[in-house]
Amino acid sequence: MDISEIKPIVESLLFVSDVPLRPERISEALEIARPQVEQALAALLAEYEEAGRGFVLQQISEGYQFRTRPEYADWVLRLTKTRPVRFSRPALEALAIIAYRQPVTRSEIDYLRGVDSGGVVKTLLERHLIRILGKKDVPGKPLIYGTTREFLEFFGLRDLASLPTLKEFSELNPEELAAGEALLPGFEPLAEEGTPT
Amino acid sequence: MGYEIHLEKFEGPLDLLLHLIRKNEMDIYDIPIAEITTQYLGILDAMQHLNLDVAGEFLLMAATLLHIKSRLLLPVSEEELVEEEEDDPRAELVRRLLEYQKYKDAAGSLEHLPQLGREVFARKFPAAELEEAENTELEAVGLFELVEAFRALLQQAPEPYVHQVEMERLSVSDRINVILTRLSGRESLAFNEIFSARPERNEVVVSFLAILELVKMRLVRLLQNARFGNIWLYPAVAEKSTPSAAVDEGSLGYL
Repeated sequence: MDISEIKPIVESLLFVSDVPLRPERISEALEIARPQVEQALAALLAEYEEAGRGFVLQQISEGYQFRTRPEYADWVLRLTKTRPVRFSRPALEALAIIAYRQPVTRSEIDYLRGVDSGGVVKTLLERHLIRILGKKDVPGKPLIYGTTREFLEFFGLRDLASLPTLKEFSELNPEELAAGEALLPGFEPLAEEGTPT
Repeated sequence: MGYEIHLEKFEGPLDLLLHLIRKNEMDIYDIPIAEITTQYLGILDAMQHLNLDVAGEFLLMAATLLHIKSRLLLPVSEEELVEEEEDDPRAELVRRLLEYQKYKDAAGSLEHLPQLGREVFARKFPAAELEEAENTELEAVGLFELVEAFRALLQQAPEPYVHQVEMERLSVSDRINVILTRLSGRESLAFNEIFSARPERNEVVVSFLAILELVKMRLVRLLQNARFGNIWLYPAVAEKSTPSAAVDEGSLGYL
């Protein structure tokens, strides 16, 4: 089959799939060789990107999926009338640690954050963003955690390698001062008022 | 109190310390420990005055700071002076602060990624169709999913009647045999086929233990085709080589 024939077929499959569709699944279903499927997908990827439509084809969790463009989020939410869930800072911190350092144990997360993370780890498990990978072969056999396929789907990542690069700090991040301030309404600067001596 | 502290705004003692260091424009590699300790303890004090519980982690950090402070006050011997760089009592704290900042920053970048259901949306399907579509993709069931399935079942299970005195004695080994018998000669067994129509709590618990044992003995494998989908029991194919068996175990949380 010619690529121009395969392309609309692959497109129709992508349209009906509710999960990111892997090229191997398409290849199996259509009995078309993998390179041709990949070629069709690449062509579709480029076409949707250029077409300026409300949605694009994205590479998610080793598969392909149609997703709306972020700039139309507010409009979509008017239709769905749902209120998107926001992560708490502790949950995001724990999730970041697990995502970048997996496999990781609870005590490692606790140590890095300097606080107990039991509650947030439980929440992340319940939301299927992380999973128990097994037990670490050290005394006490602590559980080790890693991220799930849902995690990749949720954050629109192709794989773990496409996580934002982890910045190594050798200095304090000055930009964060402003961001930190924004998070602290009502926090009066210590130096100016009644610092205990 | 001359100032109001929102300790809960800080994710923890490391976050609070980072804030204090920035606030005072201190050099992270040369933290004036005495000064920072005073400020830190001042905040903890304020918390206690306000009758708020100070989380244990904040107290632990206070102890760490005081420990570092006391070590800095001790005279340094000649030998130690040579390896001063390595021996700075503050080094560990600095490393932790920078490490924490790294993940705090990463948490920020994660939040800025377009999230599904918040910034980007994909097509959704009714549950029935979804199951159909994913029928062929089986995944190993993790311990957490198994527990979830049993919890759901337990919630359905009726509370025992007040008058009921006699209880059926179920043993795990009996249960194992029942499951194996039902599985024999079949390709797979659905999770809910294991139970009677309205299982009692003890039946659910014993079955759970039986399944765990079966998995541990590598007699069955648990597979699932969708999150919260039905769990299927498959007779485990006798795996000869230990390395592959170890991988299987890992996916079940039995490492």
